[in-house]
Amino acid sequence: MKYLRKTMIGVSAVTCLGALGTTFADDVNTPSITPKTMADALHLVMDSDRAIYTKKIVNRLVKKEKVIKASEHFEDDKALVLPAQMFRFGSELVAKRAEKLDDVNFTYSLQSLWPINKQNAPVTEVEKKGLQFVAENKGKNFYATETLGGKKYFTGVYADTAVSPVCASCHNAHKDTPKADFKIGDVMGGVVIRIPLGS
Amino acid sequence: MSLGLIGWLSYSLFESEDKTVFMPGPLTGGHHQIGVACEACHVDGFADTNVIQKACEDCHGEDRKKPFDSHPVNKFTDPRNADKLENINATLCVTCHTEHKPDMTADNGLTQPGDFCIHCHEGVGEDRPSHKEMEFNTCNSSGCHNYHNNRSLYTDFLVKHADEPKLLEKPVLPTREYASLLDEVVEYPRQQYPIKQLSSSDIDAPSEVVVSDEIHKDWLQTAHASSGVNCTACHQPTKESVWQDKPSHEVCQTCHGVEASRFKRGKHGMKLAVDLQPMQLSEALLPMKENSPHRQVNCISCHGAHKFDVQKAAVSACLECHDDKHSLAYKQSPHSDAWDKEISGSAPVGSGVSCASCHMPRINFDVSEWSSRIMVDHNQNATLAPNEKMIRPACIHCHGLEFTIDSLADKKLIENNFQGEPSIHIESIDLAKEDQKRADERKAARK
Repeated sequence: MKYLRKTMIGVSAVTCLGALGTTFADDVNTPSITPKTMADALHLVMDSDRAIYTKKIVNRLVKKEKVIKASEHFEDDKALVLPAQMFRFGSELVAKRAEKLDDVNFTYSLQSLWPINKQNAPVTEVEKKGLQFVAENKGKNFYATETLGGKKYFTGVYADTAVSPVCASCHNAHKDTPKADFKIGDVMGGVVIRIPLGS
Repeated sequence: MSLGLIGWLSYSLFESEDKTVFMPGPLTGGHHQIGVACEACHVDGFADTNVIQKACEDCHGEDRKKPFDSHPVNKFTDPRNADKLENINATLCVTCHTEHKPDMTADNGLTQPGDFCIHCHEGVGEDRPSHKEMEFNTCNSSGCHNYHNNRSLYTDFLVKHADEPKLLEKPVLPTREYASLLDEVVEYPRQQYPIKQLSSSDIDAPSEVVVSDEIHKDWLQTAHASSGVNCTACHQPTKESVWQDKPSHEVCQTCHGVEASRFKRGKHGMKLAVDLQPMQLSEALLPMKENSPHRQVNCISCHGAHKFDVQKAAVSACLECHDDKHSLAYKQSPHSDAWDKEISGSAPVGSGVSCASCHMPRINFDVSEWSSRIMVDHNQNATLAPNEKMIRPACIHCHGLEFTIDSLADKKLIENNFQGEPSIHIESIDLAKEDQKRADERKAARK
């Protein structure tokens, strides 16, 4: 129950619930949403922030106004953080902050079947199936449960799509990419959100 | 006799500062100075791993974050890594650095077998053909990789700095920033001691305190006198306090808090960090001058009182204590020649190389979450063990990367304080260039 309750809060998610049409319980501590709804809400926030950073910051300053580079080695190159790094740094900070919150517990990561960094390749069976599914079924999400390290999780996998030209061009040009023919609109990977179930 | 033994053990356990009698095995060189204080690591219990982990992070935490650490803990906390953690729990320091186990402890306090990288990077040969035949116990031992701090060894950095000359065209070290950023030092007691040039007539020592001509003259020449730091600022910082002839490091850290904090992270000051008396020379594991074994290491022992001579602190203060081959060879080294030229004014500022240039380098340090300044890193251990950590903050301001990596791998060259050329070649840049070439060829083929 402790973990189920943990899935119910999530400040970001609560912000989105009105838009999703979810019914609020009268008592703010009474569980009222499912792990799937929670994951969908979290993804909506993540995906929107990610799209805005990619379009309004990176694509605008790098491609349109040409005033700065975006680089994997952003400190050494005095450059913008890559959108994928921005996403990962956020997920790492969330993991660290969530450690201190008893009622909030979820993790998320950006993965790909064609990862530049091999550590971002799918690892679990659900990740592998999910990434394959979202790549082959545009517009659909993948949901499953899995047990990792003795704990049961709800796992949602959401397509990560090339929303601007820089997504495709940078990945295609990277020396470690296993795939170099991405186009805008292509599914390049997926966001995996994991919420613990049960106690 | 039994009663006496029980009494002595009870005294050691409950009253004495020194509890080493209960120690299960000797500590590594990194911790032996604080062995008398079990609670520094174990706090008030011995069963909870998380308590020890927190103690590790309290002292080493700031170096274990990005960008300094390429394997920070948060890389492993995602449940997707649960199976890897079963093989090697990378979220806990003690997994690889277990104390009190001298028989199984390798360089840098490592207590895992040297091939530990295999747990996560088994397939590296598929992505890096150059690595296919390599044994996993060579990852960390060959001068190529460093589990924690890989900042000067990653592939793109190696390629970027490939083909540099041994000595760069303009070898010069960064200049310290403090005076220029004083406005941003929020802890500076500017209300009590406004920033202004002080003169002899401004001295505010109580009348009963004798200020010698020498002290007076030394103080007038310092940045302290030129920035409003009067006698009482150090000797009697508040009206309620009593005049101290010899103020402790705590007074220094009022304005130099970041420097003091870094000092306490290194072997010079680590005892102060756990409220023990300052380190004495007799406690050092490296060879030290034998004439003053009880000499203590604190701010004043290197900087001297009133004069605060940073040139003295950068070389002669070190050589007053250190008596190993590397230190003794310094005066004959090309680094020392360059230092003498800078001091004499015949070479540009920043072109000389003192002991501190390499061991307490001037780094752009995050003094808060929002600002950084170039300051002397008073943690002289931060750039050692493994010594590749010295590359970015020190060596590459003057030397090419390949020459640097090779030199740092040559123990004999280090022993004679870099008099000569490296006799060892590390292949990391060659391999990185090969990797880049393959990538360029792949790219060309796609087009």
